[in-house]
Amino acid sequence: MSLNGSTARGRRAWLSSRSGAFKTARLLLSLAVTMLGLLMITFVIGRVMPIDPVLSVVGERASNEVYEATRKAMGLDQPIIIQFFNYIREVLTGNFGKSLLTSRPVIEDIARVFPATLELATVATILGVFFGVPAGVIAAVNQGRWPDQIVRLIGLFGYSMPIFWLGLMGLLIFYGKLDWVAGPGRLDIFFEGIVPQVTGVILIDSLLAGEPEIFWNALSHIILPASVLGYYSLAYISRMTRSFMLEQLAQEYMTTARVKGLSELAVIWRHALGNVMVPLVTVIALSYANLLEGSVLTEIVFAWPGIGFYITNALLAADMNAVLGGTVVVGLVFVGLNLLSDLLYRVFDPRARSGEE
Amino acid sequence: MSKFTSAWALGLLAAASFTAPAAYAETPKDTLVIAAAIDDIVSLDPAEAFEFSGGDLLGNTYDNLVTFDPKNLSAGYIPGLAESWTVSEDGKTFTFTMREGVTFNSGNPVTAEDAAFSLRRAVLLKQTPSFILTQFGFTEENINDTIKATDAKTLVITTDKKYATSFVLNCLSATIGGIVDKTVAMENEKDGDMGHEWLKTNTAGSGAYVLKSWKPNESYVLDANAGYWRGAPDMKRVFVRHISESASQRLLLEKGDIDVARNLSPEDIAAVTANGDLRVDEDLRGRIVYMSLNQKKAPLNDPKVIEAFKWAIDYTGMTETIVRGQYTVHQAFLPLTYLGELKDKPYKLDIAKAKALLAEAGHADDLTVKINVRNEAAYMAIAQAIQGSLTEAGIKVELTPMTGKQSLTEYRAREHDIYLGAWGPDYPDPHTNADTFADNPNNSDEAKLTGKLAWRNAWDIPEMSKETQAAVQESDRDVRAEMYRTIQKEHQMTSPFVPMFQKIEQTGLRKNVEGLVTGSAISSVYYWTVTK
Amino acid sequence: MSSASNHTPPSGLAAWLTSETPHSRGHAKCVQLYLGWLSLARNPLAMLGLAIVLILIAAALLAPWIAPYDPISQDLHRRLLPPGTDGNLLGTDELGRDILSRLLYGSRITLYVVALVVVTAPVAGLIVGTVAGYAGGWLDVVLMRLTDIFLAFPRLVLALAFVAALGPGIENAVLAIALTSWPPYARIARAETLTIRNSDFISAIRLQGATAPRIVIGHVMPLCLSSVIVRVTLDMAGIILTAAGLGFLGLGAQPPQPEWGAMISTGRMFILDQWWVAAMPGLAIFTVSLGFNLLGDGLRDALDPRAGR
Repeated sequence: MSLNGSTARGRRAWLSSRSGAFKTARLLLSLAVTMLGLLMITFVIGRVMPIDPVLSVVGERASNEVYEATRKAMGLDQPIIIQFFNYIREVLTGNFGKSLLTSRPVIEDIARVFPATLELATVATILGVFFGVPAGVIAAVNQGRWPDQIVRLIGLFGYSMPIFWLGLMGLLIFYGKLDWVAGPGRLDIFFEGIVPQVTGVILIDSLLAGEPEIFWNALSHIILPASVLGYYSLAYISRMTRSFMLEQLAQEYMTTARVKGLSELAVIWRHALGNVMVPLVTVIALSYANLLEGSVLTEIVFAWPGIGFYITNALLAADMNAVLGGTVVVGLVFVGLNLLSDLLYRVFDPRARSGEE
Repeated sequence: MSKFTSAWALGLLAAASFTAPAAYAETPKDTLVIAAAIDDIVSLDPAEAFEFSGGDLLGNTYDNLVTFDPKNLSAGYIPGLAESWTVSEDGKTFTFTMREGVTFNSGNPVTAEDAAFSLRRAVLLKQTPSFILTQFGFTEENINDTIKATDAKTLVITTDKKYATSFVLNCLSATIGGIVDKTVAMENEKDGDMGHEWLKTNTAGSGAYVLKSWKPNESYVLDANAGYWRGAPDMKRVFVRHISESASQRLLLEKGDIDVARNLSPEDIAAVTANGDLRVDEDLRGRIVYMSLNQKKAPLNDPKVIEAFKWAIDYTGMTETIVRGQYTVHQAFLPLTYLGELKDKPYKLDIAKAKALLAEAGHADDLTVKINVRNEAAYMAIAQAIQGSLTEAGIKVELTPMTGKQSLTEYRAREHDIYLGAWGPDYPDPHTNADTFADNPNNSDEAKLTGKLAWRNAWDIPEMSKETQAAVQESDRDVRAEMYRTIQKEHQMTSPFVPMFQKIEQTGLRKNVEGLVTGSAISSVYYWTVTK
Repeated sequence: MSSASNHTPPSGLAAWLTSETPHSRGHAKCVQLYLGWLSLARNPLAMLGLAIVLILIAAALLAPWIAPYDPISQDLHRRLLPPGTDGNLLGTDELGRDILSRLLYGSRITLYVVALVVVTAPVAGLIVGTVAGYAGGWLDVVLMRLTDIFLAFPRLVLALAFVAALGPGIENAVLAIALTSWPPYARIARAETLTIRNSDFISAIRLQGATAPRIVIGHVMPLCLSSVIVRVTLDMAGIILTAAGLGFLGLGAQPPQPEWGAMISTGRMFILDQWWVAAMPGLAIFTVSLGFNLLGDGLRDALDPRAGR
């Protein structure tokens, strides 16, 4: 749905502004306004929260003197407007402040936890594409017949499954009972800290360090959470693939290709699928963005130290710097991916280019 | 087949081959791998750290002047970095002689100067646990006279009044008494913070282990200190991974991915007990689970209503079911094994009696209360069970589960009706709990004695406060113990506190793990005693 | 249902409902609805979905009569009994409460959440979208920018933040979900409004002297309604899942209320040996979401044949 909405908006923007520089400036401005709004909302939420951030620092036993001194040191005695401007000023210089929970700069924390989420979402998307695209094609080719219905049902199952429950059951069955995959976390504990952090993505870092054993271990840890998360994106991708393919299969060139004597397989897989690749890429980018969100609950179930886990913990402890920083980063990535899919669509889709609504 | 389809088939094959059962894992021989809930750690500076997991970590990386023998914890304090000490006639001056030949992990020798620096900085930094030291009268102004190193081997500490010797020494054994490497701390000083910022995430002690890495909410890794003065640890490396789920901890333990699981639920403990490769160790800890009624909220201040609550709780029903093995019924504020412990359990579930008391107070059916409770599985289960029995007694209960920090804000502002939570001793001396449960010298709102539970519940007790303050100065051990018993008996009858349980820590271990000491009621976990 | 499977020549009412030459706008609407229903009724999956939803509603209404036990009364000595135990068809939970009874009562909470969100978020979105679309100019820019800002948040994170700020509880969870789910409706309503506002009949009404608010409320909104309704049906499963997610995190309905997500959350502790404590509420959530999804999917096919291709 958001695809429809955003492309419509994109198309108008495309039509109304011919000059590339103007368009870019406008885009950046609207992006800046969005980010500012995002900051503001998070900030307000953080300030009305019933949890006292000072208590998060000083703990239960603190005497009143300790409490007041800390409150002052945190700048919480100033008017809220001043606090907000101070915060914005710091953020613009790339400083999200220090996390209360970890006693480290938030930006450092995010650099540590974000790759974990990225890794999970990427593997999930790969799985989603890997199974979702063929499923969508098969459904389209067999429109209305049983394979179509099955794909549709699988998709609807994906939309209907509470992801945290699926994760729990997956852990119980595939790890607890069958022992096919590794358990919660990114690595077996004693592999921790061996591979030097280069990208933060363990699957890559372990290969760079020449540690195949760790690579396999990481893979066996990621496969289950990624499958759970990937199931959701599979549902979305297969549905979109199906509808794109139906559009293509109805085109005249398909008939021409068949008349030319090309095999049915070649017609479907090479020609039709080739033509839907572009809209498909935009769909994948969108589903990727949604996975970043869907990963919150998955990360909690699988003790996956990613950004969703980080934000949730921070939120419950009133660690406002961490919440704000984390939300801004997630928001930025989210907006960025949406923008990317928008741009891709505009650049490659012939109808959007001709301005047809 | 097109390239695409063959790639797809290949991928399927890879996925299928991947599902081969994972090889049976076993942790390396010289490595201890532990799963525990360690998300409470916020700082590694001994002057600031005040959480259970922080205490565990720091107990293994720092040493104190006074310490314990992990093999005989009940014997009480023994010499640590201080080899010996003397107490002056008036009981106010303590002279410590430092142990020879002990070095910090940096290689620097441990001197009296380091000890004086560490205790002074704990006072000067004014972090939450600083009261453990400042209660002896140390202040920013007098610190240079009251805590000083007269030479490299001698540390002299002077208190403002006479206190029980055991009280002073017990306080020095708390986490805040950890001796910090002055040279390293000052090398990392920023804006006169005595290395505070740096020490929040690093360690500079003389303990059995050195911190290798700490990822908040994820894990920490310790490397052994081969030259440890109490003997080199067998476990060269200790991994502690944050896993909050009992079920996950149990699975990891069963599969041999970890050696020790520290937060198992009663159900999982039962399964571990039944497993031939595993074992369960039990250890009575100091934590007390209690419920308290805010005396500002009528009619919760009516003695009859208070007593009704005490009779409307199914103490043994809970320890036999939902918290089986994890708590033992205990109805006084001092933990068992502490000096002055009181074993009396006057209350049990008696709905009829509770109803009668409520009727006498004129609140047979009209009482509706809100209970604030921490949103953690064990507390939630207890709260719901209490809700059940209170409902039978005719008290309507609304549960408000809150994160720890949320419930505390209301609690400290004295706005709650009823609070259900836990209190763990800060140092191994009876005064730690007496001070909070039975001392409230000024009940006014302005006093803001937020550290004291008696104040938080607006319980005005001028008499009992005096008794508590007298007990802490009594140097005769037996007399002191009797004083605490008297206070507790009175407390049991009249206080708006309902102490219910004392924590039993149940630790799941692989059979081959020996010597893990979780610290009982007085100390924290010891890793260096472990063998495999 | 009987009229749907009726193959005899159309009787009076059926003839009126299938008439190809409607006599009034009301008549045309009825014909359209009836034809939509016919095509929906031909879709077995959609009918299955409808059945699930009806069962949910029935369970919620009749819970006090069909539930074998009180959902919150405890029996610590009958805890964690497996499914099929005498008297406890689906077993008992950690406090000895009957899981089946809790599920039945829990359906009320689920329905309550869905109903509340459905009457708030789409309405808010509809208002914002139609006003922005009809007014244009700076109002449009401001409202749509606001919509974009909310869309830029990952929904669950935003909902989580709201509940954390408002305090846990079912009403607050509803509010948080509503606050995070109105923007797509605003987008849809605005797009529809843009096409409607320049149509001839709106111009005619405007010439008759109708005021802008009147046009928006009386004429634009009703026309946007059908696309919003389709979207709402498709969103219901998402609402249920988000509510369950919040409950799972301890931020939804509070104990002892039998909220399904919270039930899974406590069931986690017993997942290895007493799997049913977590599995049963999960199955309930899944079934109900699936019901709404099947129904929504069928509705979309019926009302908007293009999208279902």
